Amino acid sequence: MTTIINYNLGNPKSIKNMLGYLGIDSRISANHNDISSSDRLILPGVGHFQHGMEQLEQLGLLELLKKEVLENKKPILGICLGMQLLTKYSEEGNLAGLGFIDAQTKKFELQDASLKVPHMGWNTVAFQKESKLIQNISENPRYYFVHSYYIDCANQEDILCTTNYGEDFVSGFQHQNIFGLQFHPEKSHIFGMELLANFCKN
Amino acid sequence: MALQPRIIPVLLLHKGGLYKTKQFKNPSYVGDPINAVRIFNEKEVDELLILDIDCSKENKEPNYTLIEEIVSEAFMPVGYGGGISSLAVAQKVFQLGVEKVIINTALQNNQQLLADIGAIYGAQAVVASIDYKKGFVGGTKAYFTNGTKKSGHTPQELAIIAEKAGAGEIILNAIDREGTYRGFDINLLQQIVGLVQIPVVVSGGASNKADFDAAKQAGASGMAAGSMFVYQRPHNAVLISYPRNYFYL
Repeated sequence: MTTIINYNLGNPKSIKNMLGYLGIDSRISANHNDISSSDRLILPGVGHFQHGMEQLEQLGLLELLKKEVLENKKPILGICLGMQLLTKYSEEGNLAGLGFIDAQTKKFELQDASLKVPHMGWNTVAFQKESKLIQNISENPRYYFVHSYYIDCANQEDILCTTNYGEDFVSGFQHQNIFGLQFHPEKSHIFGMELLANFCKN
Repeated sequence: MALQPRIIPVLLLHKGGLYKTKQFKNPSYVGDPINAVRIFNEKEVDELLILDIDCSKENKEPNYTLIEEIVSEAFMPVGYGGGISSLAVAQKVFQLGVEKVIINTALQNNQQLLADIGAIYGAQAVVASIDYKKGFVGGTKAYFTNGTKKSGHTPQELAIIAEKAGAGEIILNAIDREGTYRGFDINLLQQIVGLVQIPVVVSGGASNKADFDAAKQAGASGMAAGSMFVYQRPHNAVLISYPRNYFYL
Protein backbone atom coordinates (compact mmCIF):
# COMPACT_ATOMS: atom_id res chain seq x y z
CA MET A 1 0.00 0.00 0.00
CA THR A 2 1.19 3.50 -0.88
CA THR A 3 0.11 6.39 1.32
CA ILE A 4 -0.06 9.86 -0.19
CA ILE A 5 0.43 12.12 2.79
CA ASN A 6 -2.44 14.53 3.17
CA TYR A 7 -1.21 17.67 4.89
CA ASN A 8 -3.76 20.03 3.35
CA LEU A 9 -1.45 21.36 0.67
CA GLY A 10 -1.38 20.72 -3.01
CA ASN A 11 -2.98 18.06 -5.02
CA PRO A 12 -2.96 14.55 -3.55
CA LYS A 13 -5.99 13.61 -5.69
CA SER A 14 -4.07 13.94 -8.98
CA ILE A 15 -1.46 11.47 -7.74
CA LYS A 16 -4.12 9.04 -6.57
CA ASN A 17 -5.85 9.35 -9.96
CA MET A 18 -2.69 8.37 -11.81
CA LEU A 19 -1.85 5.51 -9.43
CA GLY A 20 -5.44 4.27 -9.81
CA TYR A 21 -5.06 4.33 -13.58
CA LEU A 22 -1.89 2.22 -13.16
CA GLY A 23 -3.76 -0.25 -10.95
CA ILE A 24 -1.68 0.69 -7.88
CA ASP A 25 -3.44 0.77 -4.51
CA SER A 26 -3.06 4.03 -2.66
CA ARG A 27 -4.76 6.14 -0.05
CA ILE A 28 -4.69 9.81 0.84
CA SER A 29 -4.17 10.09 4.57
CA ALA A 30 -2.42 11.77 7.48
CA ASN A 31 -3.39 9.02 9.90
CA HIS A 32 -0.38 7.75 11.82
CA ASN A 33 -1.37 4.09 11.58
CA ASP A 34 -1.90 4.41 7.84
CA ILE A 35 1.54 5.90 7.44
CA SER A 36 3.25 3.33 9.66
CA SER A 37 1.57 0.40 7.97
CA SER A 38 2.25 1.44 4.35
CA ASP A 39 5.03 0.10 2.17
CA ARG A 40 5.96 3.51 0.86
CA LEU A 41 5.06 7.18 1.17
CA ILE A 42 4.51 10.02 -1.25
CA LEU A 43 4.82 13.59 0.02
CA PRO A 44 3.06 15.82 -2.54
CA GLY A 45 2.65 19.54 -2.32
CA VAL A 46 2.17 22.85 -3.99
CA GLY A 47 2.39 25.99 -1.91
CA HIS A 48 4.53 27.78 0.63
CA PHE A 49 7.38 25.97 2.42
CA GLN A 50 6.56 27.49 5.81
CA HIS A 51 2.89 26.58 5.50
CA GLY A 52 3.96 23.04 4.59
CA MET A 53 6.20 22.62 7.64
CA GLU A 54 3.54 24.07 9.92
CA GLN A 55 0.94 21.64 8.62
CA LEU A 56 3.28 18.65 9.08
CA GLU A 57 3.99 19.78 12.62
CA GLN A 58 0.33 20.32 13.47
CA LEU A 59 -0.51 16.84 12.23
CA GLY A 60 2.25 15.40 14.43
CA LEU A 61 4.05 14.05 11.39
CA LEU A 62 7.59 15.39 11.98
CA GLU A 63 8.68 12.67 14.41
CA LEU A 64 6.69 9.94 12.70
CA LEU A 65 8.21 10.64 9.29
CA LYS A 66 11.68 10.77 10.79
CA LYS A 67 11.18 7.35 12.36
CA GLU A 68 9.66 5.77 9.24
CA VAL A 69 12.10 7.24 6.74
CA LEU A 70 15.40 7.46 8.64
CA GLU A 71 15.10 4.49 11.01
CA ASN A 72 12.76 2.10 9.21
CA LYS A 73 14.14 3.11 5.79
CA LYS A 74 10.67 3.33 4.28
CA PRO A 75 10.83 4.66 0.70
CA ILE A 76 9.53 8.21 0.39
CA LEU A 77 9.00 10.26 -2.76
CA GLY A 78 8.74 14.02 -2.38
CA ILE A 79 7.11 15.85 -5.27
CA CYS A 80 7.64 19.58 -5.90
CA LEU A 81 7.19 21.28 -2.50
CA GLY A 82 7.23 17.77 -1.00
CA MET A 83 10.75 17.33 -2.38
CA GLN A 84 11.83 20.69 -0.98
CA LEU A 85 10.44 19.81 2.47
CA LEU A 86 12.86 16.84 2.55
CA THR A 87 15.83 19.25 2.49
CA LYS A 88 17.59 20.81 5.48
CA TYR A 89 16.61 24.40 4.90
CA SER A 90 14.64 26.70 2.60
CA GLU A 91 15.07 30.33 1.68
CA GLU A 92 11.27 30.40 1.34
CA GLY A 93 10.44 31.46 4.89
CA ASN A 94 14.07 30.97 5.99
CA LEU A 95 13.46 27.92 8.06
CA ALA A 96 14.49 24.32 8.55
CA GLY A 97 12.91 21.46 6.65
CA LEU A 98 12.72 17.76 7.48
CA GLY A 99 16.45 17.44 6.75
CA PHE A 100 16.31 13.89 5.37
CA ILE A 101 18.80 14.77 2.64
CA ASP A 102 21.83 17.06 2.70
CA ALA A 103 20.45 19.77 0.45
CA GLN A 104 19.05 23.28 0.59
CA THR A 105 16.12 24.96 -1.14
CA LYS A 106 17.00 28.27 -2.77
CA LYS A 107 15.19 30.98 -4.69
CA PHE A 108 15.79 31.24 -8.41
CA GLU A 109 17.96 34.23 -9.17
CA LEU A 110 18.32 34.03 -12.90
CA GLN A 111 20.78 36.17 -14.83
CA ASP A 112 18.54 36.20 -17.88
CA ALA A 113 15.82 38.75 -17.11
CA SER A 114 13.61 37.38 -19.88
CA LEU A 115 13.15 34.12 -17.94
CA LYS A 116 10.04 34.27 -15.80
CA VAL A 117 9.71 32.89 -12.29
CA PRO A 118 7.94 30.58 -11.53
CA HIS A 119 9.56 28.16 -13.93
CA MET A 120 6.24 26.90 -15.29
CA GLY A 121 5.79 24.56 -18.21
CA TRP A 122 7.31 21.49 -19.81
CA ASN A 123 11.02 20.88 -19.67
CA THR A 124 13.49 18.06 -20.13
CA VAL A 125 15.98 16.46 -17.74
CA ALA A 126 19.52 15.07 -17.96
CA PHE A 127 19.89 11.93 -15.85
CA GLN A 128 23.05 11.81 -13.78
CA LYS A 129 22.95 8.28 -12.36
CA GLU A 130 21.16 4.95 -12.38
CA SER A 131 18.11 4.53 -10.17
CA LYS A 132 15.17 2.18 -9.85
CA LEU A 133 13.00 5.23 -10.54
CA ILE A 134 14.17 5.54 -14.15
CA GLN A 135 14.40 1.88 -15.17
CA ASN A 136 12.99 1.20 -18.65
CA ILE A 137 11.49 4.64 -19.21
CA SER A 138 10.71 6.29 -22.56
CA GLU A 139 13.39 8.09 -24.47
CA ASN A 140 13.44 11.90 -24.41
CA PRO A 141 10.95 12.31 -21.60
CA ARG A 142 9.46 15.71 -20.78
CA TYR A 143 7.96 16.75 -17.47
CA TYR A 144 5.69 19.51 -16.18
CA PHE A 145 7.29 21.97 -13.76
CA VAL A 146 5.82 24.74 -11.58
CA HIS A 147 8.19 26.19 -8.99
CA SER A 148 9.99 29.34 -7.88
CA TYR A 149 12.60 27.64 -5.66
CA TYR A 150 15.15 25.00 -6.58
CA ILE A 151 17.27 22.48 -4.72
CA ASP A 152 21.01 22.57 -4.23
CA CYS A 153 22.41 19.16 -3.21
CA ALA A 154 25.53 19.10 -1.03
CA ASN A 155 26.53 15.67 -2.37
CA GLN A 156 26.88 15.27 -6.14
CA GLU A 157 26.16 11.55 -5.84
CA ASP A 158 22.62 12.29 -4.61
CA ILE A 159 21.70 14.03 -7.86
CA LEU A 160 19.40 11.91 -10.01
CA CYS A 161 18.79 14.45 -12.76
CA THR A 162 19.25 18.09 -13.65
CA THR A 163 17.25 20.53 -15.75
CA ASN A 164 18.29 23.71 -17.46
CA TYR A 165 16.38 26.95 -16.94
CA GLY A 166 18.91 29.68 -17.49
CA GLU A 167 21.18 27.52 -15.36
CA ASP A 168 21.28 23.84 -14.41
CA PHE A 169 19.44 22.87 -11.24
CA VAL A 170 18.64 19.58 -9.50
CA SER A 171 15.29 18.34 -10.79
CA GLY A 172 15.52 14.95 -9.10
CA PHE A 173 17.48 13.38 -6.25
CA GLN A 174 17.87 10.01 -4.63
CA HIS A 175 19.70 9.21 -1.43
CA GLN A 176 19.08 5.58 -0.43
CA ASN A 177 15.31 5.31 0.25
CA ILE A 178 14.74 9.05 -0.15
CA PHE A 179 13.54 10.25 -3.57
CA GLY A 180 12.59 13.71 -4.76
CA LEU A 181 11.22 15.11 -8.01
CA GLN A 182 10.88 18.83 -8.62
CA PHE A 183 8.43 18.33 -11.50
CA HIS A 184 4.96 16.80 -11.34
CA PRO A 185 4.99 13.19 -12.55
CA GLU A 186 1.23 13.03 -11.93
CA LYS A 187 0.76 15.74 -14.57
CA SER A 188 3.35 14.51 -17.06
CA HIS A 189 1.46 11.89 -19.08
CA ILE A 190 3.23 8.57 -19.73
CA PHE A 191 6.57 10.09 -18.77
CA GLY A 192 5.45 10.71 -15.22
CA MET A 193 3.47 7.49 -15.04
CA GLU A 194 6.63 5.48 -15.65
CA LEU A 195 8.38 7.09 -12.69
CA LEU A 196 5.46 6.61 -10.30
CA ALA A 197 5.09 2.98 -11.42
CA ASN A 198 8.81 2.39 -10.79
CA PHE A 199 8.63 4.00 -7.37
CA CYS A 200 5.72 1.79 -6.37
CA LYS A 201 7.44 -1.42 -7.52
CA ASN A 202 8.97 -3.48 -4.73
CA MET B 1 16.80 28.91 -22.35
CA ALA B 2 13.23 30.07 -22.16
CA LEU B 3 10.57 27.38 -22.04
CA GLN B 4 8.74 26.42 -25.18
CA PRO B 5 5.20 27.83 -25.20
CA ARG B 6 2.38 25.49 -24.21
CA ILE B 7 -0.30 24.58 -26.75
CA ILE B 8 -3.60 24.45 -24.87
CA PRO B 9 -6.91 23.07 -26.17
CA VAL B 10 -9.91 24.92 -24.72
CA LEU B 11 -13.05 22.93 -23.99
CA LEU B 12 -16.32 24.72 -23.33
CA LEU B 13 -18.92 23.15 -21.06
CA HIS B 14 -22.55 24.07 -21.59
CA LYS B 15 -25.54 22.20 -20.18
CA GLY B 16 -23.17 19.41 -19.11
CA GLY B 17 -21.94 18.76 -22.65
CA LEU B 18 -18.99 19.86 -24.74
CA TYR B 19 -19.86 22.83 -26.97
CA LYS B 20 -18.10 25.30 -29.25
CA THR B 21 -19.09 28.90 -29.67
CA LYS B 22 -18.29 31.56 -32.25
CA GLN B 23 -17.51 35.01 -30.84
CA PHE B 24 -18.89 33.76 -27.50
CA LYS B 25 -22.27 33.04 -29.14
CA ASN B 26 -24.33 30.24 -30.70
CA PRO B 27 -23.04 27.23 -28.77
CA SER B 28 -23.09 24.13 -30.96
CA TYR B 29 -22.79 20.62 -29.59
CA VAL B 30 -19.46 18.89 -30.04
CA GLY B 31 -19.81 15.78 -27.91
CA ASP B 32 -19.12 14.16 -24.59
CA PRO B 33 -16.47 16.06 -22.61
CA ILE B 34 -15.09 12.93 -20.93
CA ASN B 35 -14.49 11.31 -24.29
CA ALA B 36 -12.78 14.45 -25.60
CA VAL B 37 -10.46 14.58 -22.60
CA ARG B 38 -9.59 10.92 -23.12
CA ILE B 39 -8.51 11.73 -26.69
CA PHE B 40 -6.48 14.77 -25.61
CA ASN B 41 -4.90 12.60 -22.93
CA GLU B 42 -3.79 10.02 -25.50
CA LYS B 43 -2.38 12.82 -27.62
CA GLU B 44 -0.35 14.05 -24.64
CA VAL B 45 -1.44 17.68 -24.83
CA ASP B 46 0.63 20.25 -22.94
CA GLU B 47 -2.28 21.53 -20.87
CA LEU B 48 -6.08 21.65 -20.95
CA LEU B 49 -8.40 24.53 -20.28
CA ILE B 50 -11.99 23.80 -19.32
CA LEU B 51 -14.46 26.65 -19.19
CA ASP B 52 -18.07 26.34 -18.07
CA ILE B 53 -19.84 29.09 -19.97
CA ASP B 54 -23.09 28.84 -17.97
CA CYS B 55 -21.92 29.35 -14.38
CA SER B 56 -21.30 33.09 -14.18
CA LYS B 57 -24.23 34.03 -16.40
CA GLU B 58 -26.63 31.87 -14.38
CA ASN B 59 -24.87 32.66 -11.12
CA LYS B 60 -24.32 29.01 -10.20
CA GLU B 61 -21.51 26.93 -8.77
CA PRO B 62 -19.30 24.72 -10.92
CA ASN B 63 -20.49 21.24 -11.88
CA TYR B 64 -18.15 19.46 -9.46
CA THR B 65 -19.19 15.97 -10.49
CA LEU B 66 -18.38 16.64 -14.13
CA ILE B 67 -15.06 18.33 -13.31
CA GLU B 68 -14.07 15.40 -11.11
CA GLU B 69 -14.88 12.93 -13.90
CA ILE B 70 -12.90 14.97 -16.42
CA VAL B 71 -9.88 15.46 -14.19
CA SER B 72 -9.67 11.87 -13.00
CA GLU B 73 -8.28 10.90 -16.39
CA ALA B 74 -6.45 14.08 -17.30
CA PHE B 75 -2.75 13.39 -16.77
CA MET B 76 -1.70 16.89 -17.71
CA PRO B 77 -2.14 20.28 -16.04
CA VAL B 78 -5.78 21.37 -16.09
CA GLY B 79 -7.16 24.87 -15.69
CA TYR B 80 -10.83 25.35 -14.87
CA GLY B 81 -12.93 28.50 -15.21
CA GLY B 82 -16.58 29.25 -14.57
CA GLY B 83 -18.30 30.22 -11.33
CA ILE B 84 -15.11 30.68 -9.26
CA SER B 85 -16.81 33.25 -7.07
CA SER B 86 -15.29 32.52 -3.65
CA LEU B 87 -12.30 30.91 -1.97
CA ALA B 88 -14.51 28.03 -0.84
CA VAL B 89 -15.55 27.28 -4.42
CA ALA B 90 -11.93 27.48 -5.60
CA GLN B 91 -10.86 25.10 -2.84
CA LYS B 92 -13.46 22.54 -3.88
CA VAL B 93 -12.22 22.74 -7.47
CA PHE B 94 -8.56 22.33 -6.46
CA GLN B 95 -9.45 19.33 -4.31
CA LEU B 96 -10.82 17.57 -7.39
CA GLY B 97 -7.34 17.66 -8.95
CA VAL B 98 -7.40 20.93 -10.94
CA GLU B 99 -4.10 22.92 -11.03
CA LYS B 100 -5.32 26.38 -11.94
CA VAL B 101 -8.53 28.34 -11.66
CA ILE B 102 -9.51 30.92 -14.23
CA ILE B 103 -10.95 34.15 -12.87
CA ASN B 104 -12.96 36.62 -14.94
CA THR B 105 -16.11 37.96 -13.29
CA ALA B 106 -14.35 38.26 -9.91
CA LEU B 107 -11.88 40.66 -11.54
CA GLN B 108 -14.76 43.10 -11.61
CA ASN B 109 -16.44 42.50 -8.28
CA ASN B 110 -14.01 40.67 -5.97
CA GLN B 111 -10.34 41.28 -6.72
CA GLN B 112 -9.35 40.21 -3.22
CA LEU B 113 -10.24 36.66 -4.28
CA LEU B 114 -7.14 36.46 -6.50
CA ALA B 115 -4.81 37.24 -3.61
CA ASP B 116 -6.73 34.93 -1.26
CA ILE B 117 -6.41 31.96 -3.61
CA GLY B 118 -2.75 32.79 -4.31
CA ALA B 119 -1.91 32.88 -0.61
CA ILE B 120 -2.88 29.23 -0.28
CA TYR B 121 -2.22 27.70 -3.69
CA GLY B 122 0.42 30.07 -5.07
CA ALA B 123 0.00 32.78 -7.69
CA GLN B 124 0.69 30.27 -10.51
CA ALA B 125 -2.68 28.69 -9.69
CA VAL B 126 -4.56 31.95 -10.34
CA VAL B 127 -5.20 32.83 -13.97
CA ALA B 128 -6.99 36.01 -15.02
CA SER B 129 -8.98 35.79 -18.23
CA ILE B 130 -9.10 39.13 -20.03
CA ASP B 131 -11.97 38.90 -22.52
CA TYR B 132 -12.23 41.89 -24.85
CA LYS B 133 -13.81 43.21 -28.00
CA LYS B 134 -14.10 46.34 -30.02
CA GLY B 135 -17.26 48.36 -29.43
CA PHE B 136 -19.14 50.60 -31.86
CA VAL B 137 -18.17 53.45 -29.59
CA GLY B 138 -15.42 53.83 -27.04
CA GLY B 139 -12.81 51.55 -28.62
CA THR B 140 -11.68 48.16 -27.36
CA LYS B 141 -12.90 47.24 -23.88
CA ALA B 142 -12.65 44.29 -21.52
CA TYR B 143 -15.83 42.33 -20.81
CA PHE B 144 -16.99 40.26 -17.87
CA THR B 145 -19.42 37.40 -17.32
CA ASN B 146 -18.79 35.46 -20.50
CA GLY B 147 -18.65 38.55 -22.69
CA THR B 148 -22.03 39.93 -21.60
CA LYS B 149 -20.96 42.86 -19.40
CA LYS B 150 -18.80 45.67 -20.69
CA SER B 151 -16.23 47.06 -18.29
CA GLY B 152 -14.83 50.55 -18.21
CA HIS B 153 -11.30 49.22 -18.73
CA THR B 154 -9.21 48.60 -21.77
CA PRO B 155 -7.61 45.12 -21.88
CA GLN B 156 -4.25 46.77 -21.19
CA GLU B 157 -5.59 48.40 -18.01
CA LEU B 158 -7.26 45.22 -16.84
CA ALA B 159 -4.06 43.19 -17.39
CA ILE B 160 -2.17 45.51 -15.06
CA ILE B 161 -5.01 45.42 -12.52
CA ALA B 162 -5.06 41.60 -12.66
CA GLU B 163 -1.31 41.31 -12.09
CA LYS B 164 -1.49 43.71 -9.14
CA ALA B 165 -4.44 41.79 -7.69
CA GLY B 166 -2.34 38.63 -7.62
CA ALA B 167 -2.87 36.77 -10.90
CA GLY B 168 0.06 34.52 -11.83
CA GLU B 169 -0.91 34.26 -15.48
CA ILE B 170 -3.13 36.02 -18.00
CA ILE B 171 -5.26 34.58 -20.77
CA LEU B 172 -5.90 37.19 -23.39
CA ASN B 173 -9.13 36.24 -25.05
CA ALA B 174 -10.25 38.08 -28.22
CA ILE B 175 -14.04 37.69 -28.32
CA ASP B 176 -14.30 38.94 -31.92
CA ARG B 177 -11.83 36.32 -33.12
CA GLU B 178 -13.09 33.32 -31.16
CA GLY B 179 -14.13 30.53 -33.55
CA THR B 180 -13.30 32.56 -36.68
CA TYR B 181 -9.86 31.17 -37.66
CA ARG B 182 -8.69 34.77 -38.27
CA GLY B 183 -5.44 34.34 -36.40
CA PHE B 184 -4.44 35.64 -32.97
CA ASP B 185 -4.45 39.33 -32.05
CA ILE B 186 -0.67 39.56 -32.19
CA ASN B 187 -0.60 43.32 -31.80
CA LEU B 188 -2.38 43.36 -28.43
CA LEU B 189 -0.50 40.23 -27.31
CA GLN B 190 2.77 42.05 -27.82
CA GLN B 191 1.54 45.06 -25.86
CA ILE B 192 0.35 42.98 -22.90
CA VAL B 193 3.57 40.94 -22.80
CA GLY B 194 5.41 44.26 -22.52
CA LEU B 195 3.13 45.52 -19.74
CA VAL B 196 3.18 42.61 -17.27
CA GLN B 197 5.83 40.31 -15.80
CA ILE B 198 3.57 37.24 -15.58
CA PRO B 199 3.12 34.71 -18.41
CA VAL B 200 0.54 35.56 -21.08
CA VAL B 201 -1.50 32.96 -22.96
CA VAL B 202 -3.20 34.13 -26.14
CA SER B 203 -6.60 32.83 -27.22
CA GLY B 204 -9.09 33.43 -30.03
CA GLY B 205 -8.70 32.94 -33.76
CA ALA B 206 -6.09 30.20 -34.05
CA SER B 207 -6.10 28.55 -37.44
CA ASN B 208 -2.73 26.98 -38.18
CA LYS B 209 0.88 26.50 -37.16
CA ALA B 210 1.83 29.91 -38.54
CA ASP B 211 -0.49 31.52 -35.95
CA PHE B 212 1.29 29.65 -33.16
CA ASP B 213 4.69 30.65 -34.50
CA ALA B 214 3.64 34.32 -34.66
CA ALA B 215 2.39 34.20 -31.06
CA LYS B 216 5.59 32.53 -29.91
CA GLN B 217 7.57 35.25 -31.64
CA ALA B 218 5.46 37.89 -29.88
CA GLY B 219 6.32 36.44 -26.47
CA ALA B 220 3.31 34.25 -25.64
CA SER B 221 3.89 31.64 -22.93
CA GLY B 222 1.01 29.62 -24.31
CA MET B 223 -1.46 29.50 -27.15
CA ALA B 224 -5.02 28.37 -26.52
CA ALA B 225 -7.36 27.18 -29.24
CA GLY B 226 -10.78 25.59 -29.49
CA SER B 227 -12.15 25.24 -33.00
CA MET B 228 -8.99 24.03 -34.64
CA PHE B 229 -8.75 21.16 -32.15
CA VAL B 230 -12.40 20.06 -32.22
CA TYR B 231 -13.44 20.77 -35.82
CA GLN B 232 -12.35 19.71 -39.24
CA ARG B 233 -12.62 22.39 -41.88
CA PRO B 234 -14.16 23.52 -44.21
CA HIS B 235 -17.54 22.43 -42.80
CA ASN B 236 -16.66 22.31 -39.10
CA ALA B 237 -17.43 18.60 -38.77
CA VAL B 238 -16.54 17.45 -35.29
CA LEU B 239 -13.10 15.87 -35.27
CA ILE B 240 -10.88 16.07 -32.25
CA SER B 241 -7.26 16.38 -33.24
CA TYR B 242 -3.97 17.74 -31.95
CA PRO B 243 -1.42 17.63 -34.73
CA ARG B 244 1.90 16.50 -33.29
CA ASN B 245 3.94 18.73 -35.60
CA TYR B 246 2.23 21.78 -34.05
CA PHE B 247 3.86 21.56 -30.68
CA TYR B 248 7.18 22.86 -29.64
CA LEU B 249 8.19 20.00 -27.36
